[in-house]
Amino acid sequence: MGCENIEFDQGWGEMEKGIEKLKRILAGEKETPFTSREYMTLYTTIYNMCNQKAPHDYSEQLYDKYKKTLDEYITSIVLPSLKDKHDEFMLRELVERWLNHKIMVKWLTRFFHYLDRYFIIQKSVPALNEVGTTCFLNLVYEDVHPTIQDIVLSLIDKEREGDQIDRALLKNALEIFVEMGLGQMNRYQDDFEARFLQETTNYYSRKASKWIEEDSCPDYLLKSEECLKKEVDRVSSYLHSSSETKLIKKVQHELLVVYVNQLLEKEDSGIKVLFRDDKVDDLSRTYRVYNKISQGLDLVANVFKQHVTIEGTAFVQQAEEATSNQASNTPGGHEQVLVKNILELHDNYMTYLNSCFQNHNLFQKALKEAFEVFCNKTVNGSPSAEILASFADHILRKGGSEKLSDEVIEETLEKVVKLLQYVIDKDVFAEFYRKKLARRLLFDRGTNDDHERSILSKLKQQFGAPLTSKMEGMVTDVVLAKEHQSSFQEYLRNNPDVHPGLDFTVTVLTTGFWPSYKWFDLSLPSEMVKCVKVFKGFYETKTKHRKLTWIFSLGTSHINGKFEPKPIELIVSTHQAAVLLLFNASERLSYSEIVAQLNLAHDDLIRLLHTLSCAKYKILNKEPSSKSISQSDSFKFNPNFTDKMRRIKVPLPPVDERKKVIEDVDKDRPYAIDAAIVRIMKSRKVITHQQLISETIEQLSRMFKPNIKAIKKRIEDLITRDYIERDRDNSHMFRYLA
Amino acid sequence: MPPRASKRKSAPPNSSSVTSSDGRSVSSKAKIKGLEKIDRLFNTYANSSFGMIDPEGIEALCSDLGVDYTDVRILMLAWKLKAEKQGYFTQDEWQTGLKALGVDSLSKLKKALSDLEKEVEKPSNYEDFYTYAFRYCLTEEKQKSVDIESICELLNLVLGVQFRPQIDSLIEYLKVQNDYKVINSDQWINFLRFCKEISFPDLENYDAIQAWPLILDNYVEWMREKHS
Repeated sequence: MGCENIEFDQGWGEMEKGIEKLKRILAGEKETPFTSREYMTLYTTIYNMCNQKAPHDYSEQLYDKYKKTLDEYITSIVLPSLKDKHDEFMLRELVERWLNHKIMVKWLTRFFHYLDRYFIIQKSVPALNEVGTTCFLNLVYEDVHPTIQDIVLSLIDKEREGDQIDRALLKNALEIFVEMGLGQMNRYQDDFEARFLQETTNYYSRKASKWIEEDSCPDYLLKSEECLKKEVDRVSSYLHSSSETKLIKKVQHELLVVYVNQLLEKEDSGIKVLFRDDKVDDLSRTYRVYNKISQGLDLVANVFKQHVTIEGTAFVQQAEEATSNQASNTPGGHEQVLVKNILELHDNYMTYLNSCFQNHNLFQKALKEAFEVFCNKTVNGSPSAEILASFADHILRKGGSEKLSDEVIEETLEKVVKLLQYVIDKDVFAEFYRKKLARRLLFDRGTNDDHERSILSKLKQQFGAPLTSKMEGMVTDVVLAKEHQSSFQEYLRNNPDVHPGLDFTVTVLTTGFWPSYKWFDLSLPSEMVKCVKVFKGFYETKTKHRKLTWIFSLGTSHINGKFEPKPIELIVSTHQAAVLLLFNASERLSYSEIVAQLNLAHDDLIRLLHTLSCAKYKILNKEPSSKSISQSDSFKFNPNFTDKMRRIKVPLPPVDERKKVIEDVDKDRPYAIDAAIVRIMKSRKVITHQQLISETIEQLSRMFKPNIKAIKKRIEDLITRDYIERDRDNSHMFRYLA
Repeated sequence: MPPRASKRKSAPPNSSSVTSSDGRSVSSKAKIKGLEKIDRLFNTYANSSFGMIDPEGIEALCSDLGVDYTDVRILMLAWKLKAEKQGYFTQDEWQTGLKALGVDSLSKLKKALSDLEKEVEKPSNYEDFYTYAFRYCLTEEKQKSVDIESICELLNLVLGVQFRPQIDSLIEYLKVQNDYKVINSDQWINFLRFCKEISFPDLENYDAIQAWPLILDNYVEWMREKHS
């Protein structure tokens, strides 16, 4: 080109030619595409017109013309084409027009490109592309977007109801919303998404309220899963990806959160039925579906907890009613059944926990809390700690009455230990267990040492040494006693002159390990006095620093009763033996004579005489022969006594130790609290009241749960005893006084 | 004077010698004169065989001052004197105390008593006085707690004027409850805190979960039951 300036009109005329050609191409008319030459000409025209010296620098005018061209095109061609269209057709038209518009903008931007390089930067005005979109936005979009929104939403609704729709069309239409945001998502969100989400909520709310009435829980869950899948699919097909989270949350809420309790607690198909019928798949689905909802599992775990609690409590109720309705022939039989039931319940739900609930800690917690509810109930006056101890005792006595195999015994004992974690008063359990262990070790011939040690080590592992140290000592004592016995036998052999003439065994118990026993100053028969003396002599050769206290109430004697029909061996307690042996010297003894000779308290003697004269075996005859013992009675040896067996055991009535056990435990608790507080204060030196309370509870939690009042009382006591003091300035801080 | 918690069971503490002029630097004539007056006043009431003012002497002092020997001002005087043993003033305590009060005669002492009341009521002194009142009742060797009846009287004397409704109610409770037969110093100091901090009679801001002693938890429970 020459150095002559191009006049505006002249230059613009050239451009118009190109623009008209473009329009024709867009209109689908027969036209050849732009050649390189044509393009270069148009580009250069702009270039030149922008590089002329003022006042012939036409950049601004060209910029305006660019915009005007687009506006005019839209107004004259695009808008009329949309005017008379509806529904899908309108959508289609709009999509096409937008496509065309973009092509136009693309070409025009190429021609006018030089403006983009300098003018827009200089003048801080929008780039040509942006201008192009803005024109469409202002003239077309602002006008039609509400209508478009309506159309899109109704198509989505149609699809939800099952009809097929043109997904590609929707995708393109929604993209317009996005592009109109000019880099922001606000047009998409404000002009479409907001209402879309609202209508989605309404839609699923309606469906949910219908389905919850009509469908079973598993079916409802299936439907919900399906809906969620479809919505995710919808997003990937035509919605913008940013909608997914919001959409899914709304759908989940309407379908699964709003009706969760109604759903899971459905009478005929809810959680409890799924458990009852072992519907593992449905349960897993429940977990899966709710796992995707934030805090959804909380809801399910809650229902789960309630369900387990109800089941467990029902067992407890059963046991209560069974015992009060009929006198059972096995005392505590119903309690045995109760423990078995609860153990089974635990096994079942642990399985579900693993198979359906991925061992999720929410469900673990729910299970724990449920068990803690019913594992701490008292059944017919018997605290759960006692019931559990009795259950263990039953199993350990010669393998329980069902003669279980070693494996089964081990398994069951393991489960008992597991169940103990739910019992709050573990120290009560320990005390009952200890008392029963004593009886097993001393009276039950068939105790299996391995099992005894095994359960103790399991208990120690779970709950710590303080729980089991005394019991371990007891078991060791009995083992040592056997060793002692053989060296005692040797002693007798080496000292034949001191042999008392009777077979007898002594078990030495370490005080402190064993429960405390009442001590009676019993006057022994002379034969036994000899035995005691001999053993004392033997024991002193072993150690001089220990004091032996004889607890005859724990002893057993085998006495030969020379009855007329036939001789019978009587297995009795030492106390009973002492009574019977009196009758070797006198044929007839009055109650007071017996008292004088034996030196026993009335309560105890009455109990003994009862077993020998008024109970199952009438070894002594009582005058008068009433059913109970009175202090004016007299007794005679009954020579006619007989039984079909050659050897009989004359049992003592069981003593109810429950009250004493609970009393003893209650007495010890303040000391345990003291020890815990001092321990904590020693290590922390300074601590707030709140923290002291919570740490004390935590430290003691393996044994029992102290209440706040009890702890406060001990704190007070420790203050008085100068172990700790309250801070002068900060009344809720305590300090350790060394 | 607060009621004597127990009869005189243990011997009075050692008194310092009456003439205590060893090692002291030469004081001015006026000072010596003042000290002489104080000493003379002391000797008026002191029991010569012990060398200190004993309960009888204090009774006499009270009557001369025109106050009842159960008046709280005598307790305040004991506090000012930092008297260690209930019912007794040693010469040292007397000297130090009267000097601190700036008095050397009976009439001056009388006047000083009302000033003393104001001094005690100052927040910085009050807690000290309150704690002192309890300690003063620990008459036995190694005694840590005071019996309930004495505590009730002491509460009335020390806090009764300022916190009448709280004290009346608290005293009623202390007399009917059975959990505690004695009160230790920690419980005592918390009675004051209670009166100062807890709104009465609604007790709305009392929370048993906090570090209040158990006896106050029980008291609040009792109050709430009474008014429900």
